Amino acid sequence: MTALRFRDLTLAYDGHPVVHHLDGAVARGALLAVVGPNGAGKSSLLKAIVGQLTPAGGALEVDPALRRRLAYLPQAAEVDLSFPLSVYDFVAMGLWRELGPFRGVGREAAARIAAALAAVGLDGFEARPIGALSGGQRQRMFFARLALQKAELILLDEPFNAIDEPTKLDLFALVERWHGEGRTVVAVLHDLALVRARFPQTLLLARDVVAWGPTATVLSPVNLARAAGMVEAFDPAADLCASAA
Amino acid sequence: MLFDLVIAPFADFGFMRRALVGAVALALSGAPIGVFLLLRRMSLMGDAMAHAILPGAALGYLVAGLSLGAMTLGGLLAGLVVVVLAGLVARWTTLREDASLAAFYLLSLALGVVLMSARGSSVDLMRVLFGSVLALDDATLLLLASVSSLTLLGLALLYRPLALETVDPGFLATVSRAGPIAHIGFLMLLALNLVAGFHALGTLLSVGLMILPAATARLWTRDVTAMIGVAMASGVAASVIGLLISYAQGWPTGPAIVLTAGVFYVLSLGFGRAGGLTRSRAPRRHLRA
Repeated sequence: MTALRFRDLTLAYDGHPVVHHLDGAVARGALLAVVGPNGAGKSSLLKAIVGQLTPAGGALEVDPALRRRLAYLPQAAEVDLSFPLSVYDFVAMGLWRELGPFRGVGREAAARIAAALAAVGLDGFEARPIGALSGGQRQRMFFARLALQKAELILLDEPFNAIDEPTKLDLFALVERWHGEGRTVVAVLHDLALVRARFPQTLLLARDVVAWGPTATVLSPVNLARAAGMVEAFDPAADLCASAA
Repeated sequence: MLFDLVIAPFADFGFMRRALVGAVALALSGAPIGVFLLLRRMSLMGDAMAHAILPGAALGYLVAGLSLGAMTLGGLLAGLVVVVLAGLVARWTTLREDASLAAFYLLSLALGVVLMSARGSSVDLMRVLFGSVLALDDATLLLLASVSSLTLLGLALLYRPLALETVDPGFLATVSRAGPIAHIGFLMLLALNLVAGFHALGTLLSVGLMILPAATARLWTRDVTAMIGVAMASGVAASVIGLLISYAQGWPTGPAIVLTAGVFYVLSLGFGRAGGLTRSRAPRRHLRA
């Protein structure tokens, strides 16, 4: 069972590729880390999976059963934190697919919201305005909303950036729980220690695929050095790519 | 004494009662529209759109004179075209919603005034620019009441997606297609309210009963629902007090109402519990944790 399949996928901005001829598949239930230097195309890859970025070449297939059960935590969410909304209401958004525009929060849903808040350590914060949270608490709030979505395919873009160690461990425990429940998780990360310790599979991306497979073999010193050497080499006069089919 | 000042004007004069009904209807639907304009950072855009209505209404006037139907229809068409175009431009191009509107607003105002002057008197022009709350006939009242009801109903339907789209548009887009519907629906309701406001308060002041009560409310509460309630209350109060002042002092009515709403706003700036000057600058008590 494959959740995602990339066939010679190229993603580009203004013709300059950020992901170059990516081939491969992500199995259902995988816990995949995507690592690589800045500008390596990691975020773009997630955006393409969500459908916010149209491939410049090749194809990207998302299992149709998962397409509607996808949750995405972007790196810089365009959230208006000055909007007068409580943490409770913000987290309750995660139930949109079940409640839609009109249905109220019933007893069962309220219990699930409370459980989601408790799972990220935000019980007691229900009534706080979303603008009054610290960076770590905000990320906990995003994870609580994500948990409520009951998503089968979860895409996380640098979810632990600027987050302290205890918060990171708390939130990662959630990720592992989702993995344990058989959901597919793809996470873009910079914390190589965390990836080495906890992620079975890793995709090392530096515009081109450097390596993809079991974490221990992918994150070898040789591969990491190669990836670092390929960063953001921007050539304004680059020729047309000849390897395109 | 109090009776003479507050009740008698409405009890004695039919035009005052009509003005009251019209202004209250406008205030009730304008308040929630204003709250969302404010929260979506579209306050100035609402103003620009109010001006965009003028050429349409002026065309109606050219064709049929000071006719409610023709001017409403013209204004509504012009308003909807602008509103939907602006929404689509913002959604599907890299241009932000406000970018094209600034130039557009000046053009519309100038074009509208020229069109009006082509046939009408300066009295008609004043009426279009500043409204005629004291001269609302049955048909206009019915229009204001219908727009008000339709707006409240429409916003009740769009409320959740509209609020979510304002807070986190990216998230709503991944779970639902309701975002664009809420956005465009809101803009259409805005256009409807601007046309209604145009009849009573004129093109220059029609956003007065939207933005001022909403800004007032934001300074008193941090909850959207409460904000809408406070905005409605302050809009209705401004309408009543503005009408009475205009009656007692002989001031032009629309400006008197907007000025009253403005006084509420300035007072809230000073004393509002949620971010007013005295509150945000004074040292405050705090909890232990």
